[in-house]
Amino acid sequence: MATTVVGSRRRTRPHGIEARRRRVAYGLLTPGGLWLGIFFLVPVVIMAYTSLKSGGVLSGGFTFSWEFENYVTALSSRQEYFLRSLVYAATTTIGTVALAYPAAYWIAFRGGRWKPTLLFMILLPYFVSFVIRTVQWKFILADNGVLLGTLKDIGVMPDDFKVLSTWMGVIGGLVYNYLPFAALPLYVALERIDESLIEGAYDLYAKPVQAFTKVIFPLSMPGVFAATLLTFVPATGDYVEAEILGGPTTKMIGNIIQDEYLVQARYPVAAALAMVLMFGMVILTSLYAKFIGTEDETLAAARL
Amino acid sequence: MSTVVTPPPIHVPTESRATEPAPLRAKRKRPSRFVLPVYTALLMLYLVSPILMMILYGFNDIPGERQTPRFWGFTLDWYRNVFSDPSLNQAVRNSVMIAIVAAAIATPLGTTLGLALGRYGFRGKAAVSFLIFMGIAIPEIVLGSSLLSMYVQIRTGLGIHTILLSHIAFNTPFVAVVVRARVQGMDRALEDAAQDLFASPLMAFYKVTLPIILPGIVSGFMLAFVLSLDDFVITNFVSGQVQTFPIWVYGATKVGLPPLVNVFGTLLFAAGLLLALLSAVSQRKEAT
Repeated sequence: MATTVVGSRRRTRPHGIEARRRRVAYGLLTPGGLWLGIFFLVPVVIMAYTSLKSGGVLSGGFTFSWEFENYVTALSSRQEYFLRSLVYAATTTIGTVALAYPAAYWIAFRGGRWKPTLLFMILLPYFVSFVIRTVQWKFILADNGVLLGTLKDIGVMPDDFKVLSTWMGVIGGLVYNYLPFAALPLYVALERIDESLIEGAYDLYAKPVQAFTKVIFPLSMPGVFAATLLTFVPATGDYVEAEILGGPTTKMIGNIIQDEYLVQARYPVAAALAMVLMFGMVILTSLYAKFIGTEDETLAAARL
Repeated sequence: MSTVVTPPPIHVPTESRATEPAPLRAKRKRPSRFVLPVYTALLMLYLVSPILMMILYGFNDIPGERQTPRFWGFTLDWYRNVFSDPSLNQAVRNSVMIAIVAAAIATPLGTTLGLALGRYGFRGKAAVSFLIFMGIAIPEIVLGSSLLSMYVQIRTGLGIHTILLSHIAFNTPFVAVVVRARVQGMDRALEDAAQDLFASPLMAFYKVTLPIILPGIVSGFMLAFVLSLDDFVITNFVSGQVQTFPIWVYGATKVGLPPLVNVFGTLLFAAGLLLALLSAVSQRKEAT
């Protein structure tokens, strides 16, 4: 992150220019700021309002009635889906970070002239539509397809083994789709590590494992933090993998919200579910940031 | 992406890296030194495997109309009849059109935001930064749900217009972040020098600032275009009866996928790759 050069110069300027600068700043800010306000904040307020309505599409529409019952319904009868989403997302997060870390490490420290190519390869999936990528796994992982069919033929797997319609299919799809999200921040954090610090560790007779656990891994924590957030939050709300690669027993909260909104048209309950998901994510991520954040400061202190 | 969390600066001078390549375990000759490169290569293979699958199965000579897990033989039929499904054509056209318009509107909105955040201090800056962070970090399903709640509440009806409004909304923060990074990286002294040489502020912006941040604006536009082209979740909430390419594909998965989807996917992939390579080449030229 480069630093801004605004600070010291600005104070020496005459007052009129200062006021003009402020006008320019607000002028630049207004169109985009208004758009984001109208399409991010207002909808959330309206969703909160919708979540307290009662009634039905068939019985003359919905009316606002402080219907907190919707939240009780959302939290009690849909618990299973919330819980499953959290477990799937947590597993996905651990899986992506564990898979991406060694590769990010190698690219950052040993990539050499291959670095740009390898980073580009990590981004390559984004050149194909997310839905198409997910559907391809349905063909790759088909019960008697290229992969499982072959493994069954050579007898490594029992004949009735299946990945599709099980949690393995869903989490496999989630891990695949979020892997680049985890790999890039990990790479950025590892790339920033000053190699002289690692040399220092070796000079002080650290074994390779110690150099990793005591120096490299702690220094890469900001990347791990970013990677886990960028995976966990979107994965919790995702429903495309569960829909395409999963089955009736693997439905996530996203499937339910989508169904309530677009199929059942029970907007109040749907809105309550989405509100719970949103606040749940805000609370979880701020707790996580607080927890990791303090650790980060101690790390920064240890470094000085 | 990296703006979500800013890693703390490391206060050790980095010159040592430049002066001499450190030996750092590099001299040892152990078979274990192949583990990581091989692993990395395998991971890359994993990342591209669905893409290879998509390309290969666009040539699948299947007996019927629907894609199968089995590869039956090689055919160019699907490429010969790319445009044979009118509803798919319409969906792809919608997607491209929406992506162009949404990116074209989100780019100036995001650019001005990025400029304001990157070089001015003002009251409410934290609030605007938070709004941008929220736009990027919020789960798509929550954004889609809330937008649909609003459109239902104010009875706008659903269609191309709601898709466009929503796409512009979720694209703008990404453009803003990309442009802000570029603005923060630029040397303000250049602009001041232009003004010292009696350029009007507008002139200084036009002749100095704009050319410097232009690559940021262009990447912002491309990012917005790609995000919009690829979006499924939010579009699914606000599209009503209108179909975009991802929506069409999603619907088709329920009944079976025609190989035309592979063909369109491959063509879009090739076009994207070509654009990326061209921009990489032009940037390299600019650098030398």
